[in-house]
Amino acid sequence: MSVLHLEAIGLMAPGLVGWERSRAVLAGEQPYQTAPLPATLAMLLPANERRRTTATVKLALQVAQEAMDGMKAQWQTRRDCMPPTVLASSGGDSEVLNKICMALTEPDRAVSPTQFHHSVHNTPAGYWAIATGCTLSSLSLSAYDGSFAAGLREAAALASTEATRVLLIAYDLPLPFPLAERRTIVAPFAVALLLNPAPINERLALLRIKPGCSGTADRLESAELEQLRAGNPAARSLPLLCAIARRRAGPIALDTGDDAILGMEITP
Amino acid sequence: MAIKPLAVTACTVTNALGRGMAASLTALRNEESGLRPCDFEDADLPTWIGRVAGVEEEPLTGEFTAFDCRNNRLARLALEQDGFSTAVRQARDRYGAERIGVFVGTSTSGIGATEQAYRNRDLATGCLPATFDYQHTHNLFSAADLTRRWLGLNGVALAISTACSSSAKAFASAFRHISAGFCDAAVVGGVDSLCLTTLYGFNALGLASTQVCRPWDRERDGLSIGEAAGFALLEWAEPGDGCIRLLGYGESSDAYHMTAAHPEGAGAALAMEQALARAGLPPEHVDYINLHGTATPLNDAAEDKAMLRVFGTGAPCSSTKGWTGHTLGAAGIVEALLVGLCLEQGFIPGMLNTRHRDPNLGAGVVLHNREQTLRIAMSNSFGFGGTNCSLLFGREEG
Repeated sequence: MSVLHLEAIGLMAPGLVGWERSRAVLAGEQPYQTAPLPATLAMLLPANERRRTTATVKLALQVAQEAMDGMKAQWQTRRDCMPPTVLASSGGDSEVLNKICMALTEPDRAVSPTQFHHSVHNTPAGYWAIATGCTLSSLSLSAYDGSFAAGLREAAALASTEATRVLLIAYDLPLPFPLAERRTIVAPFAVALLLNPAPINERLALLRIKPGCSGTADRLESAELEQLRAGNPAARSLPLLCAIARRRAGPIALDTGDDAILGMEITP
Repeated sequence: MAIKPLAVTACTVTNALGRGMAASLTALRNEESGLRPCDFEDADLPTWIGRVAGVEEEPLTGEFTAFDCRNNRLARLALEQDGFSTAVRQARDRYGAERIGVFVGTSTSGIGATEQAYRNRDLATGCLPATFDYQHTHNLFSAADLTRRWLGLNGVALAISTACSSSAKAFASAFRHISAGFCDAAVVGGVDSLCLTTLYGFNALGLASTQVCRPWDRERDGLSIGEAAGFALLEWAEPGDGCIRLLGYGESSDAYHMTAAHPEGAGAALAMEQALARAGLPPEHVDYINLHGTATPLNDAAEDKAMLRVFGTGAPCSSTKGWTGHTLGAAGIVEALLVGLCLEQGFIPGMLNTRHRDPNLGAGVVLHNREQTLRIAMSNSFGFGGTNCSLLFGREEG
């Protein structure tokens, strides 16, 4: 059993713009209405880098930035206060991989050096480290549809083993054609959780992560949110986010694909 | 205080030197490189590669047909060497299938399958061929998924993808999962296979050498790309088990540049210092360091500075990439297992192909194989995005 105190959340998806603004929707007090993502994300990146980088990097950094926003005054002056990070994404930056695979179909196979630089799964982690100056460890992982759960488990293991706060960042975006025909991700979704193994004054929730992978996964009441949950690996966090928004106590079972779950108890 | 050590109770590696641990040991001992002029698919590039022979002829079939791609074939080949699958099945009987975690590092996974699918797109619609299976080939999780299914495990499973530190970090992640009680033992591994993406990508960056790679050489001009798969079974060490131990790990981020290493090697040094701190050991206790040593001019220079900061000029070190090539996401496990061989056999590998040591570099590099009893050794793995991981291994005391 791994105990985590949730300090802050970052959230970005169509119609879910930031944790505070999404709370009422996730609590079932307002209907979910999809809407395009804001035009400008990840304002912590310098303007020239923000122009150069991809939608994937911006989405991941946007939620990381939101989760760390309460610490902003500190992390802009004291870089040692930033936590290590765990980044979870099923497929990473498929926009970049698509461009590389397209280039490889041309006679000269001229892979763009910039695209190749950005093709690694840990590109958002690299940008985050550069933007914040944080030199601590960062782990980028994938577990297909179970990526969020794998990320939360890694974050819990890291927090308890190394007695450190951890920033978990999970994100996935729809793939471009033609890959989209073989992997359906219905909408972009990113979430960040700032987790602390030690008690804190103001917490959003207390998570007790259980070992074991068998059980029945939770579904959502709202058909629209359930479609999002099932249609994006990062959105498989939604049963947890909805329970936090409702300040509910009790068991949560997150779907990890393959009829397996990540189980936890949550307390407001 | 030192962490509780994990024992490597079984292991296997397949790389350009051959299939199984013995092939690597023989080639290391005989100073025979596995590198050859590029003959991968129809890639027309003036570079050398470390290709595993015969992967093309051994498809995955039956219930594993969906996984068939070069990367997963390589994973399967490795799993079937050195009695590894049998050892894991025995461990499964002891711990239960849910209690052995799977942690597999990869950089590009089976992207080669996607490259081929793009070349075979329908000309009219642009659609990919019906036979292309994204989930079981290209997706980063596919090798980890294949590994757990092949071994009959159904507990924690994840792919770690942090470029060239991926499978080194698999050891760190496994240590944490076991410590936190998410599993009792772990299969850690790394699989990366030759593909056009990395061959043409590194060539576009001007980082692929036109000759065999020559780490720390004054004329070094880039890396040789290789491919490999390696796995290790990790369990808590028991007195008298006679196994190689994971004594410490260190991880850091450069926070400097997406592809260029920190010029002072600050992040690399931090990773090495952390590994020593976790093991509760001073640097002078380390008998050998297996360098990341890719042989690109800037990477070797940065790692050299980090080595000088942590170890000074005296510590014996070398890069084994002249044998295997740079196996990218698999480099961490490959070199961890080579370090294990060196500890067991009592020798330090030289730096194959390196002729003239760069006079501007100061680390205590060993150019030719030498016999020496080793107790503790380190392995370094660094990657794009400024991700660093150092692992510290030791023989059982006494």
